[in-house]
Formats: sequence, structure tokens, C-alpha cells
Amino acid sequence: MTLGEVTAALGLVPLVDPDPGRPVRWGFCSDLLSDVLAHAREGDLWITHQRHLNVVAVAKLKGVAGVVCVRGLRPSEEVRRAAQEEGVPLLTTQMDAFELAGRLYRLLSEGE
Amino acid sequence: MPAEGGILLRRVFPVPPDAIDQAGQVSTEVRRILRSVGAEPEVVRRAGIVCFEGEMNIALYTKGGRIVLVVRPEMVELLFSDRGPGIADIDLVKQPGYSTAPDWARELGFGAGMGIPNMEKNSDEFHIFSRVGQGTVIRATIYRRRHDLG
Repeated sequence: MTLGEVTAALGLVPLVDPDPGRPVRWGFCSDLLSDVLAHAREGDLWITHQRHLNVVAVAKLKGVAGVVCVRGLRPSEEVRRAAQEEGVPLLTTQMDAFELAGRLYRLLSEGE
Repeated sequence: MPAEGGILLRRVFPVPPDAIDQAGQVSTEVRRILRSVGAEPEVVRRAGIVCFEGEMNIALYTKGGRIVLVVRPEMVELLFSDRGPGIADIDLVKQPGYSTAPDWARELGFGAGMGIPNMEKNSDEFHIFSRVGQGTVIRATIYRRRHDLG
């Protein structure tokens, strides 16, 4: 599925949306940056509570499909600007990490 | 040790202390440089991770330092050096999960105790030299062609 399709299916709110056509391979849920660096894979949608500037750098390094901040958390204007410059999609949702991860898992497993 | 004559490119990046908002800039630049000299995507990926973790360590834990990127035909070297405080037990910091990060850094998602293990995992050669009170030097080498070919 593409990021645009996942966004629509789960009702996510795009904040920085440079490339809705990029494929979402799977999901990755973590608030530890080194954990993401070690274990996330290219094309994963990264679900997190972190929303500071280094998140953009880590997302870019790993080539994740995008970063979703949960529980309505919104990155600052500065972070959004950096994401725009680096081409990193940023999204937010009112869902908590558990619900989003569960729904994303089902969506990607069943190809709904 | 590789011959000095084989250096294709050498760049030095200062890393100030406490500037974690800027951290990530060096790894972004290193990846850009490596791509521009035609380094293999896997080499760019691994060097980016090694550089980011090393850069974060200098910014979070030291009084500042620098990163030197050296590109050779057969390898990429990243040298991290700082002005202290130094590492008392190097075996301990190589253990996954060991961290001295303060609470504020942990809240930002640092301090998982995976930084140095991540650096080592993504390097083909990895050496830490440290003296408490003086500083630390880390040399990470990433081969551009796998040694297991020969």
C-alpha cells in the first residue's frame, strides 16, 4: 500500500506530505532512536511519541515511509520545516500507539 | 594500516557539546558526500548510522569534539574524537543496554544503551581508545568491498 492509501484508510492527518505515493512496507513502533536505527527497515511507517528534530534525521537515515506521532502530538514548526526540506513525511493521529499499531498491522496483513 | 596515498577525500566536521538539535547534520552531510563520490548504497547506509550515533555521543556526553571522514578506494573511515570525560570501562559501554544518559536525554529517546553497539555492528573494524579525564577516540572502518570475496 502507498502512504496515501494508509493515511486515508486509518484517518491519519498529514502534516508534511512530500510523497503520498511512497510504499509502506510494514510498521515500526518505538520511542528509542537507537532502536529505530538498529531495527527499523526501509519503508516502515514509524509510530512514535517523539517529535523533536533528531526524529527527522533518524527517519531520513533509515528511509522510513513516514513518521506518525500518536495521541495528537504535533511536531513544532521547526521540525516540520526540517522534514519538508529532507522529504520526510510527518503525520499525526489522535489514536494511541497501541491502537494505531494494531490497525496498521491488520491493514497491511490483510491488504484491505 | 592503509597507505596514506590512497585517500580520495578527507573532511573534518566540528561537533559542539550540548547541541543535540544540530546533531544529525554531520551524518546528513557525510551521506551526501559519500553518495556524491559514488559509494555503494549499503556503505552510505552503514556510514550514516555509525556517524549519527557517534555524533550523538559527542553532543550528549562530551565537552565537544570532531568527526573526520576519510574516503579511500577500498574503505570509508570515520574518526570521532572528543575532549572528555573519557570512558572508564570500554567493555561495559559495548554492552547493549548500558547507558549513562541523564533523564532529559532518555525522554528524548536517547540513552537506550544501543549507540556504541550500533556503531560496532555497522562497522567492519571498530576501535575505541579512551583515557579518563582526557577524551575518547573511536575509529570505525567500513569496507567498500566485502573481505569475504577473497
